[in-house]
Amino acid sequence: MGSGPREDFKNPVVNWIDERLPVFTLMQKEYGVFPTPKNFNYFWNFGAIAMVVLVTMIVTGIFLAMNYTAHEDMAFDSVERIMRDVNYGWLLRYIHMNGASMFFIAIYIHIYRGMYYGSYKKPRELLWILGVLILVLLMATAFMGYTLPWSQMSGWGATVITSLFSAIPLVGDSLLTWLWGGFSVDNPTLNRFYALHYLLPFVICAVVFLHIWALHVTGSNNPLGIEPKGPQDTLPFHPYYTMKDSFGICVFLVFFAFMVFFAPNYLNHADHYVPFDPLVTPQHIVPEWYFLPFYAILRAVTFDIGIPLTKIVFIEAKLGGVLAMFGSIALLGFMPWLDTSKVRSAKFRPMYKLALFGLVAAFVALGIAGAKPAEGLWLYVSQVSMAYYFAFFVVILPMLGKIEKTKPLPGSIHEAVTAKAK
Amino acid sequence: MKKQILTLAVVAVAGFGAFVAPVNAAGTAVELPKRDWSFDGALGTYDRNQLQRGFQVYKEVCAACHGLDRVFYRNLTALGYNEEQIKTIASEYSVVDGPDDEGEMFDRPARPSDRFVGPYPNIQAARSVNNGAYPPDLSLIAKSRAGGADYIAALLTGYEQAPADVEVMAGMHWNKYFNGHQIAMAAPLTDGQVSYADETPTTVDQMAQDVAAFLTWAAEPHMEVRKRMGVKVLIFLSIFAFIMYRVKRKIWRDVH
Ligand code: HEC
Ligand code: HEM
Repeated sequence: MGSGPREDFKNPVVNWIDERLPVFTLMQKEYGVFPTPKNFNYFWNFGAIAMVVLVTMIVTGIFLAMNYTAHEDMAFDSVERIMRDVNYGWLLRYIHMNGASMFFIAIYIHIYRGMYYGSYKKPRELLWILGVLILVLLMATAFMGYTLPWSQMSGWGATVITSLFSAIPLVGDSLLTWLWGGFSVDNPTLNRFYALHYLLPFVICAVVFLHIWALHVTGSNNPLGIEPKGPQDTLPFHPYYTMKDSFGICVFLVFFAFMVFFAPNYLNHADHYVPFDPLVTPQHIVPEWYFLPFYAILRAVTFDIGIPLTKIVFIEAKLGGVLAMFGSIALLGFMPWLDTSKVRSAKFRPMYKLALFGLVAAFVALGIAGAKPAEGLWLYVSQVSMAYYFAFFVVILPMLGKIEKTKPLPGSIHEAVTAKAK
Repeated sequence: MKKQILTLAVVAVAGFGAFVAPVNAAGTAVELPKRDWSFDGALGTYDRNQLQRGFQVYKEVCAACHGLDRVFYRNLTALGYNEEQIKTIASEYSVVDGPDDEGEMFDRPARPSDRFVGPYPNIQAARSVNNGAYPPDLSLIAKSRAGGADYIAALLTGYEQAPADVEVMAGMHWNKYFNGHQIAMAAPLTDGQVSYADETPTTVDQMAQDVAAFLTWAAEPHMEVRKRMGVKVLIFLSIFAFIMYRVKRKIWRDVH
């Protein structure tokens, strides 16, 4: 890591350190001169944006933790005290609360970018899988964070989601008791969720580090999906992309700040301001918006899976829903192998492009259906969308590689960029 | 690329709105009348006179049944009262303190540093005098009900004759805006119930509006600071974004 031949730095202090621990050489190599395709569009900003949000969450989270009390009788009050009496506590809390949503917006766009331009394909499979792992960790972190204020939505959301584990055959109920630390969502549950909520963001940091390490081995993909062939195709990361990312980050922060200062509770639910009462079930238990598509998949499986026309059931509806929900995320990790096409970018794959827009539409439809009661038309919408979601991965992706007629690829990035400029 | 980002943006905004609208609408069956509030919008502020009137309604009417536990008497400075006035207001209430040097608990007048004194020692006591119903603490009510101030004002003015085919249960009252319509709180306001120090008429509608504004302040006391800071932050970030845009353009000039 940064060892081997190195050039001297002019600044004697920097040079002294670098001779002993070549952090400056490393930064110079990985972020200074690092050759980066010169044709990125603004979709390539969202990795840096997600990074900024991660740091923001950790900083605000640590300051919140200094004033938060993880106890069933005090958690809600301590959050309200942060909102009212801690200096700028309302700011910390609103940044942290909305920051979770910003994180998911950035990550979902980042993932879409990867899918559209084929960034998951060889040789970037491991990089992609690490990304899916970050998504899973982020979901776990956000879910546990949401229980900490110990509101009606916190407690009941946690109850609904943890209860899913009871669908696992044989060990489900024992597993659930173990998870809760008791027989319902209670003080021990709150304490362990808090411990894990503090831990997981740092695990995310570690996986992000691996994610970027892997990126710097293969190099970035780009909108054309063809590898750079030489120096004429790339630019040094600094100043070209440091400045472009800074601009993108600023624009994103304008949106983030607008939500924090002018619509801090827009994405929130009124029941999140009612203290948790295990004896009173809210009328609607709705997860945060970023979980709605997966929540819709969970509830879309209303049928047992078995041999038709007989009474033989292999998978009961409840377990089916749980498997479908976790499966829908896990499938992402298999994309590099499900996609059989040689061409990366959707720019040159007319059919894949359409299929992917269909996937986005299905995802949005699932999200809308997820906020509605699972009955009537909305249940139907989520079932159809779920069917498409799974078909996209297990049928359409493998098939397209065989039947799709792709458009001719340009000779090089440089050639395409100069042709466009004319 | 431009087209794609544009489509994506439209889909995202539409999807975002569609996700959220039903989430927030859940729970209210009847459309709430939208009222005008001084605190509406990005630059809206609280109207101090209205907050004082609303506080008076709370103190003279609602406080008989509802606590306001998360608010301290000292917080009333935000309504424009001075320290002497707040001391006087607080001293009308008595709190249990102690133990003293003999180990006894004792009553003393409340101080500005005390929380608002509630009407009941505990939930059981509250239920026993309200036919088993529990009048919720109002500190967060404006944030814990969809519609906020609009909902509170609507609820207080929403008492009506029940439709002929509906049988109202004993001890319950028919309210157009309450979830399920049967509420254990009798209409708390009647015309002329309080006398305002200023010329504002004391109609039910006016008192409802004032107390709803007061409760909005109680739920979100830092709203004004938040908005003021927000304006500065947005201006700063927009300028900074513009500068970064120019810098980026300059650096990339020779590449395109
Ligand atoms: C005589 C006692 C009494 C008085 C006075 C009173 N309330 Fe209530 N209030 C109650 C009770 C009891 C409930 C619980 C109703 C229920 O759950 O059915 C309640 C409930 C409420 C609710 C919650 C409704 C909901 O959506 O759950 C609000 C808001 C409210 N009161 C506001 C006020 C305001 C504002 C005033 C003063 C103008 C006031 N109340 C005066 C007894 C009272
Ligand atoms: C990946 C980064 C993180 C995410 C996505 C995240 C998400 C969340 C969410 C959604 C909430 C609920 C907010 C609310 O509804 O009020 C929350 C609360 C909380 N988080 Fe985090 N968090 C992250 C990192 C951290 C870190 C690193 C810490 C501590 C060091 C932390 C400490 C807290 C505390 C104390 C609360 C409770 C206070 C509150 O609810 O505002 N968080 N988090």
